[in-house]
Parts: sequence; structure tokens; C-alpha cells
Amino acid sequence: MRGLRRFARHRLAVASAVLLALLTTAVIAAPLVESALGIDPTAIRLLDRFAPPSAEHPLGTDELGRDVLLRLLHGGRVSLAVGVAAALAAGLIGTAVGLVAGYFGGRFDALLMRVTDGFIALPLLPLLIVLAAVDLTRLGVPADVAGAEGASLLRIVVLVALFGWTTVARLVRGATLATKRRDYVRAATALGADSRRIMLAHILPNVAAPAVVATTLTVGNTILLESVLSFLGLGIQPPLPSWGNMLTGAQDLVVSAPMLAVWPGLLIFLTVIAVNLLGDGLQDALDPRAGT
Amino acid sequence: MTRFLVSRLLQAIVVLLVMSFLVTALIGLMPGDPVDLMLAGNPHATPADAARLRAVYGVDRPPVERYLHWLGGAVQGDFGYSRLFSRPVPEVIGPRLVNTGILLGAAFLLAVALALPLGVAAARRPWSLADDAVNLLCFAGISVPPFWLALLLILLFAVTLQWLPASGMAPVGGGSWVDGLRHAALPVATLAIASVGGYTRYVRSAMLVELRQDYIRTARAKGMTERRVVWRHALRNALIPVVTIMALEFGALFSGALVTETMFAWPGMGKLIYDSIMGNDYNVALVALLLATAMTLLGNLLADVAYAALDPRISFRAEPR
Repeated sequence: MRGLRRFARHRLAVASAVLLALLTTAVIAAPLVESALGIDPTAIRLLDRFAPPSAEHPLGTDELGRDVLLRLLHGGRVSLAVGVAAALAAGLIGTAVGLVAGYFGGRFDALLMRVTDGFIALPLLPLLIVLAAVDLTRLGVPADVAGAEGASLLRIVVLVALFGWTTVARLVRGATLATKRRDYVRAATALGADSRRIMLAHILPNVAAPAVVATTLTVGNTILLESVLSFLGLGIQPPLPSWGNMLTGAQDLVVSAPMLAVWPGLLIFLTVIAVNLLGDGLQDALDPRAGT
Repeated sequence: MTRFLVSRLLQAIVVLLVMSFLVTALIGLMPGDPVDLMLAGNPHATPADAARLRAVYGVDRPPVERYLHWLGGAVQGDFGYSRLFSRPVPEVIGPRLVNTGILLGAAFLLAVALALPLGVAAARRPWSLADDAVNLLCFAGISVPPFWLALLLILLFAVTLQWLPASGMAPVGGGSWVDGLRHAALPVATLAIASVGGYTRYVRSAMLVELRQDYIRTARAKGMTERRVVWRHALRNALIPVVTIMALEFGALFSGALVTETMFAWPGMGKLIYDSIMGNDYNVALVALLLATAMTLLGNLLADVAYAALDPRISFRAEPR
């Protein structure tokens, strides 16, 4: 209850939560909007290119005559789903690594922390580009599987998660180190509980707060990374829209149709800033000692 | 200190060796074949020519063998030829390294020049309206997609107002200083805006810690002016963690350079890495990626050295564990 009140005091965090809820509802409702407007978001109508906003196309049409509003909603489904899935995967990996490293300590801990240090020290984006450019068929993946929509989504989730777990791991490890010295953990050890039980039943609930905060903040980064990769043509592949790949050609269109360059980026920006402000608010609410 | 430096240097070499091997292996998995591309414009080429070229360039050999061959040349200073530029790799990379240095250096200085006053102002009156405003600005800077920021700046300053060029770099030697600055303005602004948010937050939180210390109270009690207390005493100590974090974030700055250079056609390392990977110019891609990693590792090392140099309480002697 105290936590909830502290969270509510963060007006920006509350506003962010509302904004994210609205955005999520809107992208989930994309098929409803589609049938209400009565247009197919994938239909290409070259005679109807760059149409200005109208009753039929509330935000106008793009360079192929597709409805911009519907593409934004469908792109949002992809961007949000990929961002959240990648952050959850990163949160799970990070929590597991941090928990095990902090609990067992010693050489294992040193090795794991070296690996996380190494990950942080690498030039992230260039490496992601190399990994994203790898041709899966050369690894023995059948061409029809590698080219499928699901595979490209899964691939970008895996890639982004691969680089996102380190922050969570460090924070959870720190919290685990602090928790495992507490008396009730020692009591549980004395009572004969095994390592697995101590980690899952006694330590995990106490490191959940930093894990949740770090995972929330990771969502912002995963959405940004997905958008950059898709923008560069290495993430979500068209015709499947994402907020990032909707901006791929925008640079050439900036003179003739500037709003096409504004909308997708604005939605990425609003989503990421809302997620970050929400994470900041959660941090103050769940873990008031951390931060200032 | 020497021992510390030597061990870190050895670590860096190991990281670079592992990286170079992994990248060589990954490059073998990329779509497109450099020999096919080479022969694409030549109608007289026969399959036998293709096979001979494959043997000459070694693309038909397994990754480990290819890697050892590359490594053997690399230690003798032979990094191969660039496919896109038809020149030795170091000649391609050299000028671009300078261009990226100019871009990153200017953006870094601008970001620091903005972050120091903003962070200090926010920390002097925590939870005030000014602090909230700075905080929101920081979050905006951290959350903005860099390529979209670049698009907006192009839209505003190059298309609508037509004050600044949208891309490219002033020709070396030919362009005037003004021309150089005009070309650099938008890319530098993009990178600086994208990093100033994070820097300001570090300055603010480090200043908050320092301003609560006893020596600050002592300085105030001695009747020192508030300005001197904040800027001389508190900031000097607050800069220690700030400098460290900034050096650690060099990798992030480099990632930002990749997007910014690609957007503004700035002929630097970031654009080169992107173009060489996209254009199957593997010799260039490999060396450029390794240089980027080496620079990031150097940033980390500088962070540690700066930390010890700035704070006499920290030494490099082995700490008891």
C-alpha cells in the first residue's frame, strides 16, 4: 500500500502508465479499427499515394498508398510485442544469472561477472548488425523456415535479448549478495533447506523488486534497439510493418511527405520515454533506498 | 600500476583475438559471395575463373584456415584489400578514423558542456521545478531514437529553414571553416542530444552525494561563497564517478556514431562498418569492427586509470578479497 502511494506521487510515472495502457489498447484494437474504416492495411494503391488526412484515411496514406494510421497500429503490435518479449527474456536470463552468481559466489561468480563486463564493453550496435546480417540458411536452417515471418520475429527477439540481460544480472547479483547474508537465509540453511529452495523461496522474492525495475527499464532499450535495427533494414522485414522499418525510406521522403517521418518515430519516442519514466517511478516505489 | 596495465593489455589482446575469430566465422555465414559480386559485371568470366578467384581469395577454405591466414598477414601489417574501395584496408580506414574522431570529440565536448551546468543546477535544488524540468529533458534525451532525431533535425534545419546541409562533410582542404562547421552541425547535435541526458543524470546524482558531505558544510561554515563551494569543492569530487561512467559509455557513443554517420552520410567508421557489412567488404568490416572494439576497451582502461588518478584513495595494488 505504501509502495502504491509512493508510486502515485510520481505524477509522470502514473501518466506514463496511462499512456502505455492506451497505446497497448490501441494496437490490440487494430483489427477493429481496420473493419471500422473498411480498408486493408496491406493493399497497395499507387493512385492514392501521399493522400492527405481525410475521413477515410485519418492520417493519410504512405508512398504506396497504404493507410498510415492502420500501419502505425499494426507496426505498434510488432514493435511492442518484440520489445516486451525481448525484455522478458533478458529479464529471465539476467535474473537467473545474477541469482546463481550472487548465491554461489567464488570462481563461478567471477567468471559470470567477467562475461557481463565483456558484454558491456563491446560496441553493441556494430556487432548486432553483423549478427542480424547472418544468413540462417548457411547454418543449415531450411530456407522456408528461415524466411518465415515468425522466424524473423524470433530472431530479433533473441538478438536483442542477448545483449540486454547484463544490466538485470548485475542488479540481481548485487541484491542477492546482500540478501544471502540475512539471518533468515542462514536459518533456512541451518534447517537443511537445499540451495535450490533457498534461492527460489527465500532469496528470489527479495530480489524481485530490482529485477522488475531493471526489466522495465530494459523494455525501453529493447524497443529502441529493435527500431534501429529495423530502420537499418536488418530487423523486422517489410511488408510486416514495425515502427522502425516504417522510417527506413523516410529520409528520401522527408521533403515530399514529412509527416510519414514524424509519426512512427513519435510513437517510438513516446513509448520509450513512458517506459523509462514508469521504471523510474517503480524504482522509487519498490526500492526507495536505491537512487535519490 | 605497471602490472595492472600489462594484465589489462593482455586481456584486451585476448578479447580482440576471440572477436576477430568470431567475426571471421560469422562473415562466412553472410548472404552474398564476394567472388560472385566481383564477376557480376564481367560477361566473359567462366566458372573456372570463379573457382580460381575463390582459391586466390581463400573463400573456399574452412573458417579456421581462413582465420589463421588472415592473422598471419595481420601480424605483419597486411590487412588485405577493400573490395568496395579497391585500396589497402588501412588506407580506407585511416581518414575515416579521423572523421569519426572529429564527430565524437565535438559531440562529447558539447554534451559535457551542457551536462555540467544542467546537472549542477538540478542537484542544487533537488525536487524543485528546475530539477523536474531537467529530469524530464534527460529522459527525453535517453529515450529518443537517434535516427528519428536526425530526421527531425534534417526536416527542421535542412528542409524547412534551409540553414544547414542535410548530409556529407566539407571536402578536406577545399572547404572553408564555415562550410566545415555547417556540415558538422547536425550530426554533432544529434549525437550530443542523444548523450547529454545520460551525462546530466550522472552529474546530478554525483553532485547530490557530494553536496551532502561534511566538507561542504565546513566550507560553507568558513564563509566561502556558495559558487565556490559548488563549482570548486563539490564538482571536483563529483567528477570522479562521472568521468568513469563517461569513459565506460564510449561503446554507446560509438554505436550512436554508426546511426548518425549513416543518416548524415558522414564518412566515418560507423558508416564504414555499416557499408562494408552491407557491401560484402569483409576485410574492411573485420578490421573496422576490431578497431571499434579496441577503442571501447581503451575507453574502459582510461576509465580505470582516470579513476585512480583523480582519487588518491584508490590504488592499483592488489586488493584483499
